[in-house]
Amino acid sequence: MSPVQTGAPPVDEAPSPTRSLKWRAIAAPVLRNKSAMVAVFVLGVFVFLALAGPLLIDGDPKAKVGEVFEPPSREFPLGTDGGGASMTALLVSGARVSLLIGFCAAAISALIGGTVGILAGFFGGKTDTALMRTTDYFLVIPDVPLMIVIAALFGRSTWNIIVIIGIIYWTFTARLIRAQTKSVRERVYVQRARALGAGNSRLIVRHVLPQVTPLLVANTVLLIAYAIFAETFITFLGLGDPSTISWGRLIENAFTDDAIINEAWWAVIPPGICVMFVVLACTIIGQTMEDALNPRLRTGHLSVRRFRVLPSPRRQEP
Amino acid sequence: MRGTDYVVKRVLFAIGTVLVAITLNFVLFRSLSGDAVSALRCRGCSQEFKEYQRRTLGLDKSKWEQYQIYLGDLAQGDMGRSLRTEEPVTSILWEPLKTTVPMVALGTLFAIVFGVATGVVAAWRRGTGADKAALWGGLGFYSMPPQWLGLVIVLFIAGWLGLPTAGVKDPTLGILDDPGAIEVLVDRLEHMILPALTLGLVIFGEYTLIVRSAMLETLGEDYILTSRAKGLKNWSTVWKHGFRNALLPVITLVALSLGFIIGGAITVEYVFSYPGIGLLIVEAIDQRDYPVLQAAFLLLTLSVIVFNLLADLLYFRLDPRVTE
Repeated sequence: MSPVQTGAPPVDEAPSPTRSLKWRAIAAPVLRNKSAMVAVFVLGVFVFLALAGPLLIDGDPKAKVGEVFEPPSREFPLGTDGGGASMTALLVSGARVSLLIGFCAAAISALIGGTVGILAGFFGGKTDTALMRTTDYFLVIPDVPLMIVIAALFGRSTWNIIVIIGIIYWTFTARLIRAQTKSVRERVYVQRARALGAGNSRLIVRHVLPQVTPLLVANTVLLIAYAIFAETFITFLGLGDPSTISWGRLIENAFTDDAIINEAWWAVIPPGICVMFVVLACTIIGQTMEDALNPRLRTGHLSVRRFRVLPSPRRQEP
Repeated sequence: MRGTDYVVKRVLFAIGTVLVAITLNFVLFRSLSGDAVSALRCRGCSQEFKEYQRRTLGLDKSKWEQYQIYLGDLAQGDMGRSLRTEEPVTSILWEPLKTTVPMVALGTLFAIVFGVATGVVAAWRRGTGADKAALWGGLGFYSMPPQWLGLVIVLFIAGWLGLPTAGVKDPTLGILDDPGAIEVLVDRLEHMILPALTLGLVIFGEYTLIVRSAMLETLGEDYILTSRAKGLKNWSTVWKHGFRNALLPVITLVALSLGFIIGGAITVEYVFSYPGIGLLIVEAIDQRDYPVLQAAFLLLTLSVIVFNLLADLLYFRLDPRVTE
């Protein structure tokens, strides 16, 4: 069993002279892994569909263009849904909203989690205790029911859903980034910069941030999967934005329009497959990057929730 | 850190989390733009009825007073009354809870059995087709929305297996004659299997991956090498030395994924019209019956906190190194 430690910065490596954000450290493990490359391709296709959606379908995707639950035909490659709208058009426009929610919610989570993690890890002491205690409390409170309750109370617009998902999934990020920040803070070059009189904000921005960013990016990719998944939950319970089409909404429509009784499998299967592919792709990409960047960062036994796609390295007791 | 310190710390942490959850529950439900009563979806309710509800709920008092009343009521096990039926929420929760617990337990059991079996085989036969199948199968199911998998199962598998896809019991059972205990049990189980299977399938993937990586990690330890060098059979090395240690993370995992399991149970119950807590939550959301929603949320949160504490303590019992 060979340890996979690609791109893991050795403990006392000096920052590169250009102070680049080490994009190579993020990209290299993905480029080297065949499954991860396939995942990048799959995600790329969906992102393309989401961006090019308005050009590919003309008019309102919800418009009634055929009979109700028409089976797949040459005119409608994936048939029609319970409202007589073309499933292909619905799926393409659903990609736009689902990915928008996924990316934006993940960005919010990463921002909150990254900030909390860096502040806690860098300043340590009381700041650390206070922030991490809060994080731990929120880590235990079940996320899905909390999300449902907040959504039921506050929101039915897409932006509300993005914020709700974003403010719930930051806890894992915070723990991970804190651990990484703590190890960066102790490295010799950071100590040296501090001795030369660099202030806290300079240390964080110039030295800590470039070192934690790759891990934060890896984590954000994983969060996209969580967020897209969460959207299908919220929407399925009737808490989605009533005016937009997302993949979660298509699953809900299939259920409420009785696609099952009509045996319209073409209205049920595709949206779930889309969600599955995107979640799978993000999980593989994110996990490949995280495994490579973070071969043995353990945050206590709570961290077992994260699994490894790559062969796991030997455990090294500190 | 000493053992007792660890236990005390975990218990205190659990108590802290309970307090946070209770407060969160209060804050969330009182921070609405309107109040709970004006949000109630009830066409027949008159203005007087709403005023009366507002007074009974104490919504005319200050927030701090409301919080004290809320805590006091909660201490006495009073979680308010449903805005629609006037029934105490605690008694509304009781029946669905009894329906949900066996289903979720069966689903979790499915997940543990599938997950551990596939995880162990994958690690043992590492790099083979079996490993790849377990890995991709696990990842695939892990990526499926539970409600969608439920619909797919209803669509393709339920008819083929001849299992019921809705409700908790056969309504015709017991009309003609008194059914025997076994007959009732079989009927309940039949209704439980598909929702539990759906839940088990969406959860087990995560277990597979973690059991696999825990097994691989354990099989790389020196004591495994030692036992091999001593000439122990491969099977007995994997089973006695590898598996037992690799099983440890599963305890934490089950407790940690309980939040997700419960979340999945809500949508799965909705798909299968299974009258448990999940369906109750869906109905409460639909009717904006906030006291019911509030109590259900608190119940789910408390059960997750309790199970996490139990997992922590059990883990400590099995592996005291955890305190280090």
